[in-house]
Amino acid sequence: MTEYDLVIIGGGPAGLAAAVAARKAGLESILILERDNELGGILNQCIHNGFGLHTFREELTGPEYAGRFREQVQELRIPYKLNTMVLDLAADKTVTAMNGEDGLFCLHPKAVVLAMGCRERPRGALNIPGYRPAGIYTAGTAQRLVNMEGYLPGRNVVILGSGDIGLIMARRMTLEGAKVHVVAELMPYSGGLKRNIVQCLDDYGIPLKLSHTVVDIQGKERVEGVTLARVENGKPVPGTEEHYPCDTLLLSCGLIPENELSRGAGVEINPVTNGPLVSDTLETSIPGVFAAGNVLHVHDLVDYVSQEAAAAGENAARYIRSGGTGTGRAVPVRCDGGVRYTVPASVRLSDLDPEQTVTVRFRVGNVYQNKRILVYAGDAPIYRRKARVLAPGEMETLGLKAKDLLEHPEAEQILVTLEDA
Amino acid sequence: MFDVIIIGAGVSGCAIARELSRKKAGILVLERAEDVCCGTSKANSAIVHAGYDAKHGTLMAKLNVQGSRMMPQLARDLDIHYQVNGSLVVMMSPEDRPALVALYENGIQNGVEGLRILEREELRAMEPNISDDAVAALYAPTGAIICPFGLTFALAENAAKNGVQFQFDRQVTGLNRLEDHWEVITPQQTYAAKVVVNAAGVYSDEIHNMAAPDKMTIKPRRGDYFLLDKTTRGFVKNTVFQLPGKLGKGVLVAPTVHGNTIVGPTAIDLEDKDGTATTREGLEDVRAKCGIAVKGLPLNQTITSFAGLRAHEARHEFFIGEAAPGFVDCAAIESPGLSSAPAIGVMVADIVTNILHLEDNPRFDGTRKGILDPKTLSREEYAALIRENPAYGKVICRCETITEGEILDAIRRVPGARSLDGVKRRTRAGMGRCQGGFCSPRVMEILSRELGIPMSQVTKSGGNSRLILGTNKDSL
Amino acid sequence: MKKVNLICIGCPLGCPLVVEMEGSEIRSVTGNTCKNGDAYARKELTNPTRIITSTVRVTGGTLPVVSVKTASDVPKGKIFDCVRALKDLCLSAPVVTGQVVAADIAGTGADVIATKDIDKI
Repeated sequence: MTEYDLVIIGGGPAGLAAAVAARKAGLESILILERDNELGGILNQCIHNGFGLHTFREELTGPEYAGRFREQVQELRIPYKLNTMVLDLAADKTVTAMNGEDGLFCLHPKAVVLAMGCRERPRGALNIPGYRPAGIYTAGTAQRLVNMEGYLPGRNVVILGSGDIGLIMARRMTLEGAKVHVVAELMPYSGGLKRNIVQCLDDYGIPLKLSHTVVDIQGKERVEGVTLARVENGKPVPGTEEHYPCDTLLLSCGLIPENELSRGAGVEINPVTNGPLVSDTLETSIPGVFAAGNVLHVHDLVDYVSQEAAAAGENAARYIRSGGTGTGRAVPVRCDGGVRYTVPASVRLSDLDPEQTVTVRFRVGNVYQNKRILVYAGDAPIYRRKARVLAPGEMETLGLKAKDLLEHPEAEQILVTLEDA
Repeated sequence: MFDVIIIGAGVSGCAIARELSRKKAGILVLERAEDVCCGTSKANSAIVHAGYDAKHGTLMAKLNVQGSRMMPQLARDLDIHYQVNGSLVVMMSPEDRPALVALYENGIQNGVEGLRILEREELRAMEPNISDDAVAALYAPTGAIICPFGLTFALAENAAKNGVQFQFDRQVTGLNRLEDHWEVITPQQTYAAKVVVNAAGVYSDEIHNMAAPDKMTIKPRRGDYFLLDKTTRGFVKNTVFQLPGKLGKGVLVAPTVHGNTIVGPTAIDLEDKDGTATTREGLEDVRAKCGIAVKGLPLNQTITSFAGLRAHEARHEFFIGEAAPGFVDCAAIESPGLSSAPAIGVMVADIVTNILHLEDNPRFDGTRKGILDPKTLSREEYAALIRENPAYGKVICRCETITEGEILDAIRRVPGARSLDGVKRRTRAGMGRCQGGFCSPRVMEILSRELGIPMSQVTKSGGNSRLILGTNKDSL
Repeated sequence: MKKVNLICIGCPLGCPLVVEMEGSEIRSVTGNTCKNGDAYARKELTNPTRIITSTVRVTGGTLPVVSVKTASDVPKGKIFDCVRALKDLCLSAPVVTGQVVAADIAGTGADVIATKDIDKI
């Protein structure tokens, strides 16, 4: 088996952007491993528009966005293997993979980019009581059936969870002839983008019930109905039950980064994101193993995935060129004031180029209004920005100037926090 | 005319079928569901009880201990996942000691080997995650865990290999005694058999009442469970029970043969014999009790919850015997039914053999190979397998790394998988942490292709459990 | 004077817009971060339009359907007319991204184009 300097695990938006950026940074020897039968990952089933406003300055559908990257990969002659499942990643970066053509094989790259994406939280993890009939799908499974195979998994639909895929599927099912009766959301706010509530629910008169959950599923063979109830303090309120006859329950209740391979290799995981802890170069706790995209933390926009993955690809190329990781002290990035996590989790201050920008992405744990986002290096404020609305469904991005950080070389930590404006 | 019709393709029915296939006889198994292992056998604790619990002197106690002793050899013959992991009955309060000692003595009387009472320190050393409040425990080194689907499918496949026929979607609605045989009525067809065996699980009272002069009542007793991700592998090594006592009956925490952790069950008496819905109260009950005997159980790693029904009869005993001429009961098989299944098979087969004076089947082959799991092969063997059959290089279920080769094998076996759940229980495709989110559409495609049916006819578990209700825009 | 609240769908920011109207005349738009917000509000209150995405059947391809979109906005009220017009359409593989699948869909003036390549099997 030919060996490669860089192996990218996953040929979705993150893997493709990482590959393109690494090649553009001068790296010749790159291989993408993709488990599906085409490149593009989950974008291939996201046939709605709204992708690419940042990256391509136009509004594309998922398959078109994937197509743009696929073309670049092909133009740059970056090799890839489809229908290839990575079975194991070892701490020494040995990649064990398998497909029908090559059989079982091992690769020994100098660097790896983890770009495996995420999976949906299944019903079982939500502890919804009731029967286990046919007709309960995660929104993404239904999306694949409808958008790539042309099958309607149901005609009368209730959706639990107002994540973006759920909202998008409410519109898709409606436009394909199904009746979506209601979207229920456990939290008092939606987990999806506001514009998706407008154009996917409001446009079609689909009600969104906040602070509601499914308390029972009826039907022994196929779903026959679900019962919703209002939720207070995390518990359903007796007497608020409402019955909805339906044949389908779609779940859009959160995404979980797929880090089984990372864990197997011994990569340190952030319990908040379920993704690897990375430094500002997106390098994990294993030198030469980088991570980007939804495997690192769940993104709301694919454009940000592409940006992040491009940085990971460039950094991986630099790592291979220079033969190792920088030696600068890793200053931890901490969060407070409603910020749930940050990516990166540390910055190697002395390795920064004074002209560069350090991108920090984060999410908040609740809906906040009229806040100021503040970043401190040690005790010194180095960044502030007003934020009119912050919501858990939306990722925030800050660009910290390296030269501002470098003015505080002794800082024990970098703190990202919210304060009242 | 069949020599024997067995009603029910659960673990008892399949064990009986396999044992009877040692004899020269025409045997048919009728099952109301679409597949083997669709009732009590599919949703239980997946445990082979050592046999200390069932009251000494009962049939239950005798068959439990016999079954437990037969299981290691059976597992080897039939190539199924089985592991002797030991079991612990943990006592949480010193005042419960007489009950613990009584359990020990009952076990000794039943003939259970190696029973010992462990005190706190030894217990803690054996199971680091045991509760700090645990005082002592009854240790049964012969306690074991098993894949209940694997056992039932293996028994059925081995029976089929030796000539037993299976028919599914056949609900027996009537039994008529004619001069020298029984008429077995189903909506599709009426069958004739010299002997009828009732292995109908929670419905065994209804079948019994069709044939026998006395009446029986089975109360389905529901048990709710949580199944945790394989990230919890090794949380406990033994099956950890809680001694019924001051704090109630408790629930068990056990490893599964596949590396998950199972937690449960509740015991809720129902009227509905298909009432396998979990309830909020039931799941809350498990949640509240599971932390008593162990500490730090990571319930946030739950990948699914489910409920199963035990065929409970008020006398809490197995009913095995000829209840009417040519009608043999194997009724009220509740826990430890799975553990007892091999012994139940032998006992019922003996009864039937005596009624019919059956001769040995010289061609009987008691071995069966399971679905090849490429993960058990060496790297070289695995690579060679893929070269020979590339379907083993194509991963369909990512969470459990199940290949198309394994799924095709599951569908092409006799009796083979005909539904998503049938594939799942045979191969584990869809049984992992994403619970089929990624692989169900692919498995559905494979089923559609292999069975020669349109996608709209592919079901989750037979009957009306269709997965696809239409095509895009068909109603516009 | 009447105030109308809208959420801009121009981009994922989802700016909360406030439109001041005098009868059917728009006096002002506030709350937008960029000029697209202003334009969206004016259009949404006079002639709301949307891009539609859907699927069209394909025979002989690697997948049984291809994803499509309207190449330009169509009036909101015509969404279902457009989707219905795609119902009986069936393409033969190969299909290439950008290929016009249906011209002037439902009389809206917008073409429906494929958004994915479907190769022939």
